[in-house]
Amino acid sequence: MEQTKVRELQDVVIRFSGDSGDGMQLTGTLFSDTSALLGNGISTFPDYPAEIRAPQGTVAGVSGFQVHFGDHRELNPGDYCDVLVAMNPAALKANRKWLKAGATVIIDGDSITEEHLKKAGFKTLDPLAELNLDEYNVVVPDITSMTREALKETGLDNKAVTKCKNMFALGICFWMFDRPEEYALRYLDTKFAKKNPAVAEANKLAIKAGYNYAANTHQFANNYTVAPAAREKGTYRSISGNVATAWGLCAAAEKAGLPLFCGSYPITPATVILEELAKRKDLGVKTVQAEDEIAGICTAIGAAFAGNFAVTTTSGPGLSLKSEALGLAVMTELPLVVVDVQRGGPSTGLPTKTEQSDLAQALYGRNGECPVIVMAASSPSDCFHYAFEAGRLAMEHMTPVVLLTDGFIANGSEPWRIPSMKDYPKICPPIVDVAPEGGFMPYVRNEQLARGWAFPGKVGLEHRVGGLEKDAVKGSISHDPANHQKMVDTRAAKVAKVVDDIPSQQVWGDAEGELLVVGWGGTRGHLQNAVDEMRREGRKVSLCHFNYINPLPHGVREIFARFRRIVVCELNEGQFANYLRQNFQEFHYEQYNKCEGQPFTVVELKEKFESLLK
Amino acid sequence: MADYKYTPADFKSDQEVRWCPGCGDHAILNAVQRALPEVADALDTPHNLFTFVSGIGCSSRFIYYMKTYGFHSVHGRANAVATGVKVANPQLSVWVATGDGDSLAIGGNHFIHAIRRNVDLNVILFNNEIYGLTKGQYSPTSKLGKITKTSPYGTVEKPFNPGELVIGAKGTFFARTVDMEVQLTKECLVQAAKHKGMSVVEALQNCVIFNDKTHAAYAGDKATRAEHTVVLRHGEKMLFGANKEKGLVFENMKLKVVTVGQDGYTLDDVLTHDAHQRDTTLHMMLAAMKYPDYPVALGVIRAVEDDTVYDRAVERQVEEVKASSKIHCVDDLLHSGATWEVE
Repeated sequence: MEQTKVRELQDVVIRFSGDSGDGMQLTGTLFSDTSALLGNGISTFPDYPAEIRAPQGTVAGVSGFQVHFGDHRELNPGDYCDVLVAMNPAALKANRKWLKAGATVIIDGDSITEEHLKKAGFKTLDPLAELNLDEYNVVVPDITSMTREALKETGLDNKAVTKCKNMFALGICFWMFDRPEEYALRYLDTKFAKKNPAVAEANKLAIKAGYNYAANTHQFANNYTVAPAAREKGTYRSISGNVATAWGLCAAAEKAGLPLFCGSYPITPATVILEELAKRKDLGVKTVQAEDEIAGICTAIGAAFAGNFAVTTTSGPGLSLKSEALGLAVMTELPLVVVDVQRGGPSTGLPTKTEQSDLAQALYGRNGECPVIVMAASSPSDCFHYAFEAGRLAMEHMTPVVLLTDGFIANGSEPWRIPSMKDYPKICPPIVDVAPEGGFMPYVRNEQLARGWAFPGKVGLEHRVGGLEKDAVKGSISHDPANHQKMVDTRAAKVAKVVDDIPSQQVWGDAEGELLVVGWGGTRGHLQNAVDEMRREGRKVSLCHFNYINPLPHGVREIFARFRRIVVCELNEGQFANYLRQNFQEFHYEQYNKCEGQPFTVVELKEKFESLLK
Repeated sequence: MADYKYTPADFKSDQEVRWCPGCGDHAILNAVQRALPEVADALDTPHNLFTFVSGIGCSSRFIYYMKTYGFHSVHGRANAVATGVKVANPQLSVWVATGDGDSLAIGGNHFIHAIRRNVDLNVILFNNEIYGLTKGQYSPTSKLGKITKTSPYGTVEKPFNPGELVIGAKGTFFARTVDMEVQLTKECLVQAAKHKGMSVVEALQNCVIFNDKTHAAYAGDKATRAEHTVVLRHGEKMLFGANKEKGLVFENMKLKVVTVGQDGYTLDDVLTHDAHQRDTTLHMMLAAMKYPDYPVALGVIRAVEDDTVYDRAVERQVEEVKASSKIHCVDDLLHSGATWEVE
């Protein structure tokens, strides 16, 4: 075999794309997990249509999975790709705009047929010319027919064999980036071996065939290596935001010594949390797949009353349905975590696309004066930490907490240094076990204004709670005007007091400068990359990124005061900017907003920031 | 059989009962407070395990009058909240006080799904065929043509029969009683509590203000009830009338009212009630019997034990998975699957 040139790269972005039935999500996941095991920094971004099998061969039906891997910790999945794998012309067309200059494009030659070109909306029979790909390194292997050839002796029918073409493409990429095949082969064994060993074998053969094809032909100018990222010592794993959220909730239950209960209704993109918790019966987790969103939260409220750590998980439209019951949890002062994995709205909106437009709903979307703690996770792996925090604050302060994540961090994954539970604090809810002298009064509070939590079953603590306004001490129904005012004030003060139980606001970069970039939640990766790049270019830019939204942490005013300009960046039309205007009126806020169902790109952020520095 | 020596007073809270004078709810409250001491002993359930959950409506105020754990939730959601309570802690004896608006209109979905899942709840469905707390609008059980504030020319929609709904939703227990029949109500409630799985006891209840005498034609007083209702008891003949002279027979795929000793019908022809029959056909027919063609069926119409009691099944599955899994704590979980070391 001839020698190939081996080039070392710092980081690479690959985008796998094809029909939504082509298995692109699996292909991308196997590539990213393999790279993670090699110690690379990883960030991934699945981008798929809402339909399970959208019309075949059309641009609307294209499913993509982007992997960014490098020799350093990645903070975002990358704006533009170095390699595009397109299983058909539609995938090529849909992703043309995401190519980096000089990128490698691999398209299945068998898919370039008149029928496919027509479906994808090409006007000519030459998609490469039509898309003006001269400047790119375009490779057109006949992936489908080579896969069929390689698998002709497996005894599988044509349809089953053709399904393995994604693994052939994966094999090509494994060769290009010098990845070992072992992890993927092992995965296929576990996934198919019991159900259908022939399918497992066929997929494994396809990977090897793709690898050998790439190694033996000279179509790929180079192969590349990417060194492992320098990382803190420890045990690592790859984790997605939804799984991290589920596990963070499990951790909070364990640290509180209470069973975890999840009442939820399936909804994209939050469903994986319910699915993951349903597996966790080994940790005593009880899940109720409720008849609707309302029953999801109501069963959770019932479970909270009965002494479980209760959660409900949803996305924007589901949160709308839960609003009345969320008010009930505020009124009854029961601990509850509501996870909202945000997606494009309003209404059904863009179920599989990301957005940050539920902030106002989380803060205000209820009748009455109805404050809850609102917080947001900012990366796939820190969903674990913030889910734990949401549980801690809910239980220790006896209040509902809305935890906002979004489709981008929920579906994305990254390597994560596995924490040890001994480093996490014990959670101590104000549980009442014995009736005090004079009897248990459900609305008597501790110094944090949290009321006592007495579960049914405890002897001598029988009491009633409910959605009607309660007497400030006894908890019996009260329509007394002064009592209502007192209770409204107390519920607000209880949530406000949480500020003393959360970390002060931090700033990334210098504590003073020309421009302060402000963000919250799942945009942190892109914002931090943009700020870091500009700082390396000598710009006086810092980032102030929020995870705690209600209450806002200590120290915000002091940070804001030290910058000449402030720009609030969010994937909505300015909900957090308006919230800051309401809370800190003395500052002027510039805005950068986007509602395209897509994350920010570092390129567009830098352009905006540069313009503000002029 | 335990002997807690509870009395009804042990279940009375210090709250003033604020239903209208003459409201049927008073009698139902009375029956519940009398039933619980018996339930406590029969099921060895101490006082601290009784938990009442309600939704919104006149009847949902019920929980404030019980000296037990109580949760007054929001409109329609009692069965969902109660499902959460029971699944979280299956040891509790969970009761739901709800009305025809609460459980059959706004909360219809939770009602049928709690029944389908067979959660071990004891539901008391107060059926006064009207919205009382909002002052007199028709409900999903109001009779066709009923004139109310929101149907000034009469309703043009047919009502639900709660019994048909419960049995149709795969209910394992359905009983019907009348507010004034405290003894019968108590009997039904004790049976409901003993039943493993969801039990629904429909109480025909009079709203003295907005729908007075809605059940009077068949349940107004003792004499009327004797003529126009039949109390069903498992293993007993379906007889009614002042002197138990009338009975139900099954003829031409239908129920028929006959007088024993007339037209050639003997006592042997009269049906014997089998509440434990799995087949729903006859239970459905009995629950559907309407005045004036038939006597209205009271008592335990259906009580079929089923081994899929939801809250217990969830708990059992948790125990099974715990026993077989390698993951025993969150640390185990975090290290499960593919991991790698950075030195």
